[in-house]
Amino acid sequence: MQEYFLLFMGAMFVNNIVLAQYLGNCPFIGTSKDTGVAIGMGGAVVFVAVMAAGITWLVQAYILAPFGLAYLQTLAFILVIAALVQFVEMFLKKMVPPLYKSLGIFLPLITTNCAVMGIALICQREEFGLLKTVLFAFASGLGFMIALVLLAGIRERLAVRRLPIAMRGTPIGLVMAGLMSLAFFAFKGMI
Amino acid sequence: MNRLWKEFSKGLWTDLPPFKLVLGLCPVLAVTNTASNGLGMGMAVVFVLTLSNLLISLVRNLIPAKVRIACFIAISASLVVAVELLMQAFAYPLYQQLGIFVPLIVVNCIILGRAEAFASKNPPLLAVADGLGMGLGFTMSLTFLGSLREVLGAGQLFGVNVTWQGFEPFGFMVQAPGAFVSLGVLLSIMNFSENIRRRRKGLAAVQGPTHDCGSCGGCGQSSNPA
Repeated sequence: MQEYFLLFMGAMFVNNIVLAQYLGNCPFIGTSKDTGVAIGMGGAVVFVAVMAAGITWLVQAYILAPFGLAYLQTLAFILVIAALVQFVEMFLKKMVPPLYKSLGIFLPLITTNCAVMGIALICQREEFGLLKTVLFAFASGLGFMIALVLLAGIRERLAVRRLPIAMRGTPIGLVMAGLMSLAFFAFKGMI
Repeated sequence: MNRLWKEFSKGLWTDLPPFKLVLGLCPVLAVTNTASNGLGMGMAVVFVLTLSNLLISLVRNLIPAKVRIACFIAISASLVVAVELLMQAFAYPLYQQLGIFVPLIVVNCIILGRAEAFASKNPPLLAVADGLGMGLGFTMSLTFLGSLREVLGAGQLFGVNVTWQGFEPFGFMVQAPGAFVSLGVLLSIMNFSENIRRRRKGLAAVQGPTHDCGSCGGCGQSSNPA
């Protein structure tokens, strides 16, 4: 039990997927101008990351490994993720319209979000079992969401401040992300 | 010939990938802790980008518009698998240093962005020039950022000591926070110099290029959902 708890907290805070592992930076900087948008994007990432990590684990264990095709991992994973995103989008549109309304516009952006594929690859490199993979993906997705929403809050406040014109927009967003990353360093001593 | 040079050279300055087109940030931040990692990553991207631009441009009239993104992903993923195998064979230490960022070249916005914005609309020769220029610009930026961080963070350049005796390296620079801050500061310096240039011409200062997730084009959406 304790092992799983540590894995969960470790993935969420200590090795935060954006601030310590440098994954998913494009949406992190790109969609953090507004808190509402950030929550939607974060939710979509959590949802897709968990499903993608689980399915790619199954693909690796039952298709790639038995047939000696492990070198095709990259190709297989990205195709699985791209197909999965399409299916999720169609499924939500048809079956759960309210959820589609809040997450829908972010789903196409997720295929090329390296956090989703990165989480699946990390799980393979660490040789997690299926349960650990799903837990790790969930925690990492939540970590992404926390970082994104916090940064969006900071940038909403910065938007009404007077800044040197050269710093406005992306540069100040990156510097703020750096300061947040420094703050998350404090969690390093926790585990 | 003129056109070819124009497409090649725009990647080297006017559209310099991570700074002017703010695309593909993950490897820019992650592998620039040393100059040699940045250079190695850049070379891998040059290889994938040039070949994927060539292949996509060759088949651009055969691919139905609706499934083009999937086709682009499949083509670039095959090339990335090739790069992975080549690196395992000839540059194993680098492959281990770069870790999961080698397979993640697949989802690098630059590859899909150039495929969507350029290679799918232009003949093969121009697409190769574009890919080569963008790739070399990307390599240049990564090596520059890597050198900066390595010199300040470890006092070395390509693994060779370059600082004076008693220089205390800022460990911060080679860690994650240093990556974010140094890229942000570099971007603002680029914007600042651009604005000085504009002021000389008598134009008003502008905000630098903004980073939209949708600008990579990898998802078939042309604009930011926000």
